[in-house]
Amino acid sequence: MAGSLKPFYIGLGVIALAGALLIYMARGSGGVASPVDAPAVVPGGPVFPGHTMGSDSAPVTIVEYADFECPACAQFAILTGPDIKQRLVATGQVRWIFRDLPLDMHRNSLSAHHAAQCAGEQGRFWEMHDQIFFNHGRWVPERRPERVLRELAGAIGVDLGRYDACMAENRYVTRLQQLKADAAARGISSTPTFEIGGQRVSGALLYDDLKKLVDRAAGRP
Amino acid sequence: MVSAALALVGLLVSLYLWLWKIGVLGALACGDGGCERVQLSPYAQVAGIPVALLGVVGYLAIFAVSLAGLQDPFIRRRWPTDAVVLLAGIGVAFSGYLTYLEAAVIHAWCRWCLVSVVIIVTIFGAALAGRIAESRR
Repeated sequence: MAGSLKPFYIGLGVIALAGALLIYMARGSGGVASPVDAPAVVPGGPVFPGHTMGSDSAPVTIVEYADFECPACAQFAILTGPDIKQRLVATGQVRWIFRDLPLDMHRNSLSAHHAAQCAGEQGRFWEMHDQIFFNHGRWVPERRPERVLRELAGAIGVDLGRYDACMAENRYVTRLQQLKADAAARGISSTPTFEIGGQRVSGALLYDDLKKLVDRAAGRP
Repeated sequence: MVSAALALVGLLVSLYLWLWKIGVLGALACGDGGCERVQLSPYAQVAGIPVALLGVVGYLAIFAVSLAGLQDPFIRRRWPTDAVVLLAGIGVAFSGYLTYLEAAVIHAWCRWCLVSVVIIVTIFGAALAGRIAESRR
């Protein structure tokens, strides 16, 4: 019987090999670096430069374009974010800039980004950034995420009276639209995308891969 | 043979989703983000175990039993077919529950999960047909 099964086993081997190859290729799909395009001009005045974390004198600046509803962005923030903060930003090696890129395909993204701007107005952007990403499962499935986002803001000490006024006025919608236009003009259409020392990389990077790019940007072998 | 080949494909699909879940893969090839929404929902794990990992284990078991059933010592035994019917039956029931959650609770469709549903239903159908044919002999 075993002899007659040989073609079948070969077929199984081909399926297994093809599947393993596809999965391996998917692993590397996010890490291809390409040169950063020249900055674009966006109508409506100067574009908000982004929320910054780390020393201005850090040798490497990383710009992250992210969407709060994007699962890969959340995965990156949850799995890699703490390492980056402790080992790269706190040690003065990297200055991190977060640029909002709420994608049209995500129903609740704009609300989340606006909530983060309103928290940022009170000096709580990064805390809200973490709240939003770490509580993805709470607000993303909601048809109206505003209530959950407000709870998240309240939990980090945001003055909810000022927050409510900011949200009701849609105070930062123009800023977010400009950021989207700016990203589009730079040819950035997926999140997360990173600009690291003149190189652009798309996809959620693992810490070790990111560190290699930082070392390269800093001129370290 | 059909069960073993399909279980291998199902195993690869589950492995793909599980590797994403544990952060090995950067982004899922899913089109509209539905896979990520489903995978990040609270329903994507049971008692702390990712559903995708349960899929890996389940398909691995079906694959192993199906292969065992093709070997000379077991080729005329009924238990491998019975085991595949049982395992795939559990898989069909669980997949049905997960599909209901996607439709009625999460409001998002995970295309890879739907591929898995088709696979497990086909395995169950094929194994059941084989079992009925065996019982008539």
